[in-house]
Amino acid sequence: MEAEKIVFEENKSESMGSNIKKILFDNSVTFIFIILCLGGIYLSKQPVPFIVNELIQRITRNSFLVLSLIIPVLAGMGLNFGIVLGAMAGQIALIAITHFKIGGIAGFVLAALLTIPLALLFGYFTAKLLNKTKGQEMIAGMILGFFANGLYQLLFLFLVGTIIPMDNPTLVLSSGVGIKNTLDLSGPEGTKYALDAIAKIPFIKSTIVFSLAGAGYYIYKFIQSKKDERLMMQRNGFIIRGFLFTVLLIVSFYVSTIKSLVNNITVPLVTILIIGLICVFNVFILKTKAGQDFRSVGQDMNIAKISGIPVDKIRIRAILISTVLAGWGQLIFLQNIGTLNTYGSHEQVGTFAIAALLIGGASVTKATIGQAIIGTALFHTLFLVSPQAGKNLFGNAQIGEYFRVFVAYGVIGVSLGLHAWKQLFDKKNKK
Amino acid sequence: MEISTKKVISTLGIPRLIIITFMIVLCIMAIFLKLPLNDLLSDTLVRTGMNGVLVLAMVPGILSGIGLNFGLPLGIVCGLVGGLVSIEMDLTGYTAFLVAILVSIPISAIVGALYGYLLNRVKGSEMMVATYVGFSAVSLMCIGWLLMPFKAEEVKWPIGDGLRTTIALTGRYDKVLDHTLSFDIFGVTIPTGLLLFFFLSCFLMALFLKTKTGMAMKAAGDNPRFAIASGINVDKQRIVGTMISTILGAVGIIVYAQSFGFFQLYQAPLMMGFAAVAAILIGGASARRANIIHVILGTFLFQGLLTISLPVANKIITEGNLSEVLRIIVQNGIILYALTKVSSGGD
Repeated sequence: MEAEKIVFEENKSESMGSNIKKILFDNSVTFIFIILCLGGIYLSKQPVPFIVNELIQRITRNSFLVLSLIIPVLAGMGLNFGIVLGAMAGQIALIAITHFKIGGIAGFVLAALLTIPLALLFGYFTAKLLNKTKGQEMIAGMILGFFANGLYQLLFLFLVGTIIPMDNPTLVLSSGVGIKNTLDLSGPEGTKYALDAIAKIPFIKSTIVFSLAGAGYYIYKFIQSKKDERLMMQRNGFIIRGFLFTVLLIVSFYVSTIKSLVNNITVPLVTILIIGLICVFNVFILKTKAGQDFRSVGQDMNIAKISGIPVDKIRIRAILISTVLAGWGQLIFLQNIGTLNTYGSHEQVGTFAIAALLIGGASVTKATIGQAIIGTALFHTLFLVSPQAGKNLFGNAQIGEYFRVFVAYGVIGVSLGLHAWKQLFDKKNKK
Repeated sequence: MEISTKKVISTLGIPRLIIITFMIVLCIMAIFLKLPLNDLLSDTLVRTGMNGVLVLAMVPGILSGIGLNFGLPLGIVCGLVGGLVSIEMDLTGYTAFLVAILVSIPISAIVGALYGYLLNRVKGSEMMVATYVGFSAVSLMCIGWLLMPFKAEEVKWPIGDGLRTTIALTGRYDKVLDHTLSFDIFGVTIPTGLLLFFFLSCFLMALFLKTKTGMAMKAAGDNPRFAIASGINVDKQRIVGTMISTILGAVGIIVYAQSFGFFQLYQAPLMMGFAAVAAILIGGASARRANIIHVILGTFLFQGLLTISLPVANKIITEGNLSEVLRIIVQNGIILYALTKVSSGGD
C-alpha cells in the first residue's frame, strides 16, 4: 500500500515536471518575447509610469482588432489577412459621419451601425474568394487586402468630387476632387475619445479590484476541484492562475501605498467593457451550435462535409463576423488616435494584429482570447521601447525602429513556417 | 475564321485579351490626347528590358514546383550588396556592371540554396512563407544597411551612420546597357544593349531547361510523385530552382538599377516581388506553368500598360496619381485571379 502510494506520487511529480516543460515548449514564442520586452524596457531607460500609461492606451486601442481574428482561426481559415477590408469599412463609415458633422458618442454609434452593412458586403466577397482558394487562404487574403486598397484609393482619391458629389472643404482637397490625406477627428464635431472619455477610472484601484476578483475566482475553483472529479485535471492551472492574480494584487496594493505617478493613470472604462463584451461573445458563440460548426469545419473540412455541415456557408459566416468586428475594432482604434490617415491607417492593420496574436502564442490553427490580449501587450511593449532601446544600445534610434518592423514580419514568417513544417510532418507520419 | 478566333482566345486567355484591349484603347487615347506615342513606346521598351530579368526569375521557381516566388526580395537584396561592392571598389562602366553581377551571384546562390532548403520544409504553403521570408529579409537588411562598413562617399550618408536611401549611379554604370548600340527608328529609341541582355538571359534560361538538370527540375515540379518514381531527387531539384530564381533576382535588380540610374535601399525592395509575379501572370503563366514567351509578353504588356496609362491618366485627371492606383488594382487583381486557379487546377 505504502509503496504503491510512493510510485503514484513519483508519477505525479514526473508528470508535473514534463507539464512545465510542455508549457515552456508550447509557449516558447511568448517567453522569448517576454524576455525581449523586459530587456527592451531595461535598455530604453524610460520611466515606468510612462510605459504603463502608453501600454494601457495601446492595449485598449488595439486588442479589439486582434480579437476579431480568433473566429476564422477556429474555422480553419488561418489568420484572416482580410480584416484590412473590415478596417476599410470602418473608415468609410467614419468619413461619412465626419462629413455629416455628427460627432461624439452619437457619431461613433452611427459609424458603428454604418460599418455593419459595409463590412458584411466586403466580408461576403472576401469569404467567396477564400472559398475559391482553399488551402491558400492567407496569401489570397493578403493580396486581396492590397487589391481592395487600390479600389479604396480609387474611391476616395478620384471618385469623390467627380462622380460622388461632395462639397465639404474640411474633407475634400482644395481641387475639389479626393479626400484629404489626414482628417482631424478632434473637436465637438469629431469622434476623438468618443468612447474613451465617457468614463475613466483610476488604473491601480481597478487593478486591485480586478485581481481580487480573479484570485477569488480561482481559489473558489480550486476548492471546488477537490469535490468535483472533472475539475481535477485543471487543478494545476487554477493554482498557477490564482497565484499570479495574488501577486498582481500584492504588487498593485504596494504601488497604491507609495507615491508614484502610476497612481495618476486612468483607464477608459467603456472601451474596456466593450472589449470584455467581445471576449464574452467569443466564448459564448463557441458553446452554441454555430460555434461547434466552426470547430468541426476547422478540424477537418472533409469530415464536416460528410457529416452534413455546409462547409462553405460556415466559412462565409466566420469571415463575416471577423470582418464586422474588424470594422468596429478600427473605429475604436481611430477614436483613440484622433486622426484618420485616410490612405494609411488601414494598411498595416492586418500585419500588426496578426503579429500580436502570434506573439501571444497563437498559431494558424489555435487562438484564444488570453493569447490575443497577452500578445497585444507584448507586441506593443516592444513597439514602445525598441526605438529608445536601439538608441541606447547602438546609438541609433532607427535600428530599433527597423528591428520592430523585422519582428512583426519575422514572427509571422517563422510561425507560418513552423506550422507548415508541422503539417507536412504529420502528413508523413500518417502515411 | 470562327475557329481561329476561338483558338486565339483560348491560347491568350481572357485576362490577357482584356489587358491587350485596354492597352490598345490607351494607345488610341494617347493619340487623341496628342501625347508623343514614340516616346511612350521607347519608355515601354526600356522598362520591359529593365524589369525583364526580374520577371524571368519567376520561371525556375514555377517550373521547379515552389510556385510563384514571392520571396524575390531575397535575391534583390543580394543584388544590391553586389552593386554596392562594385561602387566601393571604385569601378566604372561595364567592368563595374559585370563585377556587380559577379559578386552578387555567389551570395545569392548561397542565400537561394538556404531559402530552397527552407521551402522544402513548408511544402504546400510556400507562397505565404516566401512572402514573409522576403519581408523579413528586407526589414532585417534595413538594419544591415545602417551597420554595413562601406566607405565610398556615394554610398554613405555624408553625416551620421548608415547608407543612403538612394544611391545615384551617375558616372558609374548609369544606363550602360541602355546606351549600347542604341538607335532611333521612327522616333522610337531602341535600347539594343538592354534588350539584348534580356533576350540573352531568356535564351540561356531556355537552353538550361533543355539540359539534363533543367529537364529533371521541370519533371520535379510537374509531377513530384512521378519524378520520384523515375529516380529524380525532387527536393534537390526544388533547391536548384529556388537558387536560380534567387540569382536571377540579384542580376535582375542590377539590370534594373543601371537603367533606372539609382540603387534603392531600405524599404524599396519590399513590394518588388509582387510586380514581377503579376507581370509573368499577365503573360499567361500560372502557378504551375510558365515559359519564356510568358515572360517576354507579360513584361511588355504590364510595363507598357503602366507607361502609357501614366500620361493618359494625368491628362484626364491632373490631380493625384491615377496610374499608380491602376497599377495596384491590375497587379493584385491578376495575382488574385491566378490564386483562384491554384487550388482547382493544382493537386
